[in-house]
Amino acid sequence: MTKQVKQIDRVVIRFAGDSGDGMQLTGDRFTSETASFGNDLSTLPNFPAEIRAPAGTLPGVSSFQLHFADHDILTPGDAPTVLVAMNPAALKANIRDLPRGAEIIVNTDEFSKRAMAKVGYATNPLEDGSLDAYNIHAVPLTTLTVDALAEFDISKKDAERAKNMFALGLLSWLYHRPTESTIAFLKKKFAKLPVIAEANVAAFKAGWNFGETTEGFAVSYEVAPAKLPAGTYRNITGNLALSYGLVAAGQRAELPVYLGSYPITPASDILHELAKHKNFNVRTFQAEDEIAGIGAALGAAFGGALGVTTTSGPGVALKSEAIGLAVSLELPLLIVDVQRGGPSTGLPTKTEQSDLLQAMFGRNGEAPVPIVAPRTAGDCFDAAIEAARIALKYRTPVFLLSDGYLANGSEPWRIPNVDELPDLRVEFATEPNHETEDGTKVFWPYKRDPETLARPWAVPGTPGLEHRIGGIEKADGTGAINYEPANHDFMVRTRQAKVDGIAKDIPALEVDDPTGDAKVLVVGWGSTYGPIAAGVRRVRSQGGKVAQAHFRHLNPFPANTEEVLKKYDKVIVPEMNLGQLAMLLRARYLVDAISYNQVRGLPFKAEELAHVIQGVIEDV
Amino acid sequence: MSEATASANGAGANGRSGFPSLTLVPKTDEKQTMKDFKSDQEVRWCPGCGDYAILAAVQGFLPELGLRKENIVFVSGIGCSSRFPYYMNTYGMHSIHGRAPAIATGLASSRQDLSVWVVTGDGDALSIGGNHLIHALRRNVNLKILLFNNRIYGLTKGQYSPTSESGKITKSTPLGSLDHPFNPISVAIGAEATFVARTIDSDRKHLTSVLREAAAHPGTALVEIYQNCNIFNDGAFDQLKDPDTRDDVTIRLEHGQPITFGKDGQFGVIRGASGSLDVAEVAKVGTDALVVHDAHAENPELAFALSRLGDLTSNFHTPIGVFRNVERPVYDTLMAEQLATDTANRGAGDLASLISGNDTWTIA
Repeated sequence: MTKQVKQIDRVVIRFAGDSGDGMQLTGDRFTSETASFGNDLSTLPNFPAEIRAPAGTLPGVSSFQLHFADHDILTPGDAPTVLVAMNPAALKANIRDLPRGAEIIVNTDEFSKRAMAKVGYATNPLEDGSLDAYNIHAVPLTTLTVDALAEFDISKKDAERAKNMFALGLLSWLYHRPTESTIAFLKKKFAKLPVIAEANVAAFKAGWNFGETTEGFAVSYEVAPAKLPAGTYRNITGNLALSYGLVAAGQRAELPVYLGSYPITPASDILHELAKHKNFNVRTFQAEDEIAGIGAALGAAFGGALGVTTTSGPGVALKSEAIGLAVSLELPLLIVDVQRGGPSTGLPTKTEQSDLLQAMFGRNGEAPVPIVAPRTAGDCFDAAIEAARIALKYRTPVFLLSDGYLANGSEPWRIPNVDELPDLRVEFATEPNHETEDGTKVFWPYKRDPETLARPWAVPGTPGLEHRIGGIEKADGTGAINYEPANHDFMVRTRQAKVDGIAKDIPALEVDDPTGDAKVLVVGWGSTYGPIAAGVRRVRSQGGKVAQAHFRHLNPFPANTEEVLKKYDKVIVPEMNLGQLAMLLRARYLVDAISYNQVRGLPFKAEELAHVIQGVIEDV
Repeated sequence: MSEATASANGAGANGRSGFPSLTLVPKTDEKQTMKDFKSDQEVRWCPGCGDYAILAAVQGFLPELGLRKENIVFVSGIGCSSRFPYYMNTYGMHSIHGRAPAIATGLASSRQDLSVWVVTGDGDALSIGGNHLIHALRRNVNLKILLFNNRIYGLTKGQYSPTSESGKITKSTPLGSLDHPFNPISVAIGAEATFVARTIDSDRKHLTSVLREAAAHPGTALVEIYQNCNIFNDGAFDQLKDPDTRDDVTIRLEHGQPITFGKDGQFGVIRGASGSLDVAEVAKVGTDALVVHDAHAENPELAFALSRLGDLTSNFHTPIGVFRNVERPVYDTLMAEQLATDTANRGAGDLASLISGNDTWTIA
């Protein structure tokens, strides 16, 4: 049978099933196949906080969305054009996101009366006509998998568990994905259980062959590789890129890296990753709590290491006092906040960017901390290096604000040439830096570099520079305890001036305004870059004129920020919070910024942003 | 020993093995005296505070270690005692309330060439920072923790602390404290500490001998120092200091010796019927019945039983000295070994190869 092959330019697939069905793994493998094929891609894993939520229930549904294309893309896609639903709960939880005409591949084996009743289906949706708007492919995935594995000496349960690989094989056939990497992956993953490895490979191949032979799938699709800039690429998630950025920062600074951290979703993977790289002179310390995590990192920084602590919003709250101490001590320190839905425990596995004001102001006293935010998964690498650069050069704690979407989402990443990464080497103080009136040479720990206002970093073990630092206000220069009004006023202003002065040392805010005469500007920060840029593209493709700017540095803002904002009649600020950047821009620049906000735990959709932008354009 | 006559290389004089915890810390050839460890800062504790005596004892003892003073670091939290680092001419950090053990853990576990000391108080270590204290103890980080216990909050002007006796009348407890106090020695032993000792601010000789043993101990050493706050809790330890009573209420622990006390050694510690420890007159029970102190016992049972002897209100039968001193792998050493082993096994990391991973594709 010769089957028809259609060329298409992009696809959005969502794999959905029970938390125990292996949907994240299935999505990861399909992503890997797609990456090695050379498509541009973007992913959105979405899973419950519970490790194994009750089987077959709506809260237990775990999904993985993947957008891939023959051109560069910016988001994981607004709506899936293909849904793989492993059970009734997965169908029910995801059906409302599908456009009419979408393809749905369902595992009919799981559509028992009981399973359907559990999620509120009174009648079988596969038969009652409620899905007529979609192209349904009813496939008994479990039965087909078990039949395919009949010859293997494994339990029925183990055979059934391979159904995700059958589904992956079917989808791999449907979109002409290369299969070698998945077969190699399965053999490695189950190296200690060769029978299970072979069974999974067999299920994967059976899925592929099923697509090839069944009449249920008359058409398969090809999505040509994307024409990305020349270079060597890999697929990478934000947490992995961020971890590599920290290792790279240590290497480029020629300093040991010391990570003090307490496990917290969605930041823990950075701890896991760094723990693997001890041969890069990376120490990881799993502390007794969030405070000890940052405390140890700060102690190591006092000793001359690149101190790092990783956490999410609730952890930042606990670390606040120690961050204030780092501000007062003026030691380099990285605070990585992989933001999640709040307040309190909030939505541990869902994304949000609602910690901006916490990072900016969440401390007692005047305690300015520079803030850097990556815009894509791959950008987490560069942003980590940039945060380290600022911390080391200005002897200050620096916030790196990632989020759950960047952390777990992935994209193709052009691997940088390590020799071209910034040189982060620092000079430790080795000599006295001050001469007293009687000519004695002494060391003043708070005598600043006149250019950067950074104080010297004199590490224990350096003879003659013994000194004491602490959280009590210090005299300018000597660092001795000092309670004098004028000195405190001076020190508060000097610490602020040091952070403000970083504006001279960061790139200007770039504006993308191809026609040069747009009247509306959209500004964002962090992970909303992709959806905003995609929304902007849509508006422009329909003839709308709109400019886009995206902040990487949020404290201080780039020096040209005011000039950029004031050039446009309207400024729109989409954020996954209730208007935190907008509040800062309004306060600082007296700009009547228009906030567009949602806090659904999911990234913006390009279409919704296009609609918002179009609305403002029509208002001007 | 006299405070000003430490040998030029004290560690050498004691033999390197005298301070096995400090083998990686650079030694000095210069003759050090107490004065070398005094900073230029005016000491600002209340006149008569027990902290002065402890400061003098520490400054007097450090030359004995023979270390380069730039390789010594004092880290403290918040409270009266935590001002200590400012008065030491070493590296130092006055940090935030309760967190000194965590900060010192990061420093000590990344710099084995440093001798790291934590100075803390009963509120700092046992109340707000209780969590960090117990975890530092169980990890056995190479830290020497000096816990100044005055059983009161001094810097906030006189509230009860977690070591204050039940019923204590303070500003925050006008009708008496409802809290049952911690026994810091029991807490430390329960937290798997490898070195636990108690001493008294005013007994310079005993304090110095305990510091010496603590400094030599590889791993975390907890030294509880009974310290008089003459403003808010004056006389809290008078029974242990008064020449008329001290010998009869203080039990001086010495490893390997039968535990006796009293002016004429007339009292001793025996096993009671239930297995717990009791105090008895030696003449009545005979010397064979006396418990022999074994600080090196792997099982912490005896050390713990001894920690329960003292009456925290009357101070009667308060053991001082080293309760427990056992060897266990040191956290900093283990951490350094993991790095060294990983580097030996895989070679120094190659950044380009790391970030490339195993699955790449090239676009021309």
